[in-house]
Order: sequence, then structure tokens, then C-alpha cells
Amino acid sequence: MADITLTCIICPRGCRLTVDEHLNVTGNFCPRGIVYGKQEVTNPTRVVTSTVRIDRAALPLCPVKTAQPIPKKKIFDVMSSINEVHLTAPVAIGDVVITDVAGTGVALVVTRNMEKIP
Amino acid sequence: METKDLLIIGGGSAGMAAAVGAYDRGVKDLLILEKGPFLGGILNQCIHNGFGLTEFKEELTGPEFAQRLITQILDRKIPYQLDTYVISISKEKVVTYMNGTDGVVEVQAKAIIMAAGCYERNAGAIGIPGDRPAGILTAGQAQLFLNEYGYLVGHRVFILGSGDIGLIMARRLTLEGAKVLGVAEICPWSNGLNRNMVQCLYDYDIPLFLSHTVTKVIGRSRLEKVIIAKVDEKKNPIPGTEQEFDVDTLILSVGLVPNNDLLDNLGIPTSRSRGALVNEHYETSVEGIFSCGNVLHVHDLVDNVVEEARQAGEAAALYLKGQLPIHKESIAVLPGSGIGYVVPGKIDLADCGDDLIFKFRVRQPSRNVFIQYEFNGIIIKKIFKPIIIPSEMEIEKLPKNILNSNQGTITVSLVDKEA
Repeated sequence: MADITLTCIICPRGCRLTVDEHLNVTGNFCPRGIVYGKQEVTNPTRVVTSTVRIDRAALPLCPVKTAQPIPKKKIFDVMSSINEVHLTAPVAIGDVVITDVAGTGVALVVTRNMEKIP
Repeated sequence: METKDLLIIGGGSAGMAAAVGAYDRGVKDLLILEKGPFLGGILNQCIHNGFGLTEFKEELTGPEFAQRLITQILDRKIPYQLDTYVISISKEKVVTYMNGTDGVVEVQAKAIIMAAGCYERNAGAIGIPGDRPAGILTAGQAQLFLNEYGYLVGHRVFILGSGDIGLIMARRLTLEGAKVLGVAEICPWSNGLNRNMVQCLYDYDIPLFLSHTVTKVIGRSRLEKVIIAKVDEKKNPIPGTEQEFDVDTLILSVGLVPNNDLLDNLGIPTSRSRGALVNEHYETSVEGIFSCGNVLHVHDLVDNVVEEARQAGEAAALYLKGQLPIHKESIAVLPGSGIGYVVPGKIDLADCGDDLIFKFRVRQPSRNVFIQYEFNGIIIKKIFKPIIIPSEMEIEKLPKNILNSNQGTITVSLVDKEA
């Protein structure tokens, strides 16, 4: 494995980190960079936020998120699953839309209260 | 004429937090006026996460953060009017607004809190040369269309400006199937947070062109092409460095400006933030008119907006009880070299609490520098900054006893280590 360079996102300094094949992190100003660098190289994860279609609400879309971070390489699989969803109002923050989105073991949940319109 | 103790203009994060701050200090005769169809303002379209870490100690999306504030409004039964547009404010605090139900209405307020947020600089504001086709819009407009109404604004997109909303839209459009060909930034540094650089651009291999700007837009009815070029130190395009991109959409993320027209029309003095000049209670030069949130100065964290607006609401409550001192003397606060603006613009030591709070932005990224406070020409404090950047607002607290008089000028400057 070649050395990987990345930008630390923990603080505004934005250190340029280098992570070698033994997971040694260099270029970091503080210890938090080591933790971030190792995590980002071994198991990068992201929270995915998007929208799903909804009927009988004041707007045609309802925002959603993955309840926990999911592996970065699964982002587009998660988006495909999100695009299949079609809700009907009312919904509330935290309502589970998909229990296990794209085999990640993570739930997809509603992030906005949307009332049923008359 | 109808009367109200307190009118709050804007039902976004600042307006709601200001209302709660005032209500909890005893103001019960109040009303929020909101232009849009929902409480929550811009938070509703900011469906990404990263909000709330200081205010609620957890990471929330925009709509979730908005709902926390909406719940605080509903719990207190604080009244609000939606789809309601404020036309004018007079010095006597008569507020004229209109909506589809009541028509044009005048209300005599005893106090007013301005919380109308900011607007985006658009294509007209930056004067892009070339055609005027469809397909050129601001990042916030694109965000509204995509996230609340479900319109993908384009298929091949270029983004001008590396502000955070532009970066976040680069990711959103990519996730929804558009191709983002690049982001051009006229400054030699990025104006977005590192986190957004990494998670919105690098994650999707979207190139960033620093020291570049769009020099021409081409298209008859719809945008067909943008041309970008490298710029020199004076931000002038360098001939021969042009690159072409075949795109149907150009998104602008080129700055936010306080939406302060209502107070400007009153002749209320402004600060370099382009919001009203306020004192430590967020009170403008007109007694009983307050300003907070992005209409005062553009924030990068909604958590900071909420804290500021709550304090403005508490100050309005003091004013209504006659407990806010009438200012006779005050100290002017000015931005010095390297500083864009400072809030507040004046301070009265007699009633400012134990600490002086300064909020400001630097003009360019700097390392190993000092923030220097000068009072009537004498340096009273220097604070070391290993790193300081324009895209993050600084908030600093100094003890009040550092000042020995209630007259004169404080200048906040950025100075080199040697100076």
C-alpha cells in the first residue's frame, strides 16, 4: 500500500496528513490528527443526508438521514435505496424509513416533521 | 392602530431564539413576522448535518435544528404570522406589513428585533461578462429548488465560489446524479471549512481551481459554456490561461450580505459587516430597535446565531421594563488592519456586564499572528493565534476592567509576531 495523503478536518488548521502502510500518521500538529488519519484510511464513514418523495404534505419532498455514519464506499448504494422510497404524510423526525439501508445495518430516518395537508 | 410590546422581523433561527429570549424574561405581548410559509428560515433547506454541536450538544441536520426552536416557540405559545412581508419600519416603531389574509397592516411596537437574515450575492452583483441565459443561479436558490421542491437544477454544473453552501451543493448535485465539473475560487485559498472541502469535493473527485474566476458565460436560451481563467494578485484574469467547460448550469457561491434594507431606510448607521451598528446589547442607534443573527453580520454557525439572538431578546425585555440604560457615553469599536469587521460597534462600560465580547473576521488566512486590542492608542491586549481564517468568525472575551475610561476608541487589528 502506498502512502496516503489527506487533509485533517478536525480543526481549521487543516493539516496535510500522510498515512503509511503501517498506519503511521505524519504531518499532524496534534494527536487528534493521528486518530482521524487512521480512521479515514482504514474505515472512512459519512452520514448521508438526502430527500425522499412524500405525498399529502405541503412540500413534495421530505428530508432524511442515515441514523449513523455509513461506510464511505456505500454512499451511492445508499442513495439508490433512498431514491426508491415514497412516503405519505404525516411523518415526524426520527420515523424509520428503511431499517437497514443498503445492507449497512444503519437505519434511514426522517429529519423534518411534515403534517398531512387537508 | 394595533399595538405590540415586541415585534420580531423574521422567523428563522435568529427570530425564534430572540422571541424565546424575550419571552423567558417576561415579554408576553410579542409577535413574529415571517416572510416564508414555514418557521425555520434557511435551516429548512439545509438538509445536511453539522448543526447544533454547541447549542444542543449533538449533531443535527438543519430541519432538525429548526424543529428544536419551533418546539420552543410552540411550547410558549408565542404567536407568529407566516407568509407575511414587512414593508417598512418607522423611527416611531410603526411596522407596516402585509399578507394575503389581512392585507396591509400597521402595528405600533414598543420594541423591534430585526432578524431578517441575509441574502446571496447574485450574477448581477458580480457582473459576469457574457450572455444572460437561463441556468445561472445562486447556491441557495439551487438548494431550495432541489431540497424542498425536488427540481434538479442542471445536469452538468460548474460552481463559482468556494463558500460552504457552494461546496455542499457540489455534493448534493453529485448525489442526485448531476456532474459537477469544478469549483473556481478567485482567492488563493478556499473559503469553505476543511470538512466541506474534504467531504463535498475530495470525496467525489471534484476539482477546485484556486485563484480562478469565470470570465465569460455563453448560451442563447440556456447556459452552454463557461470560461474560467487564472487571476493575478489583483484578481485580474491572466490572458492565455482560459479553460472552457461545457455546462448547462453555473452556481454562484460568492458571498452573503445582511438583508438590512428596512433599517438602512431608517438611516440607522451600519458597520463594516453591512449590518446595523449596534452596542453590546445589540441595540441600534434607535432606542428599542435591536438587530441580531445574519442581518447583523453573517455567521458561519447557527449555534452562534441562536446565542446572539437570545441575548438580543433578553436585552429587548430589559428595554421594555425600562431597565436598559440610556447611553450617554460610549466607546467606539473599530476594525483595524487585517480585520473585516467587529461587532459590537460601540460599548458602554456602565452596563455591559463583567466581560466585553468581540466578534470579528480576519480578511485573509494567517498563521502565528496576534489579535491586538488598542484603547485610545495604547495596546491593552495581544492574543496569539496559531491559525486564523476568514471563513470562521472569531469570538473573544476580554475582562471589562481592562478599560479605564468610558470614552474613546478600541481598535482590533491583526499584527505579525514581530510587530
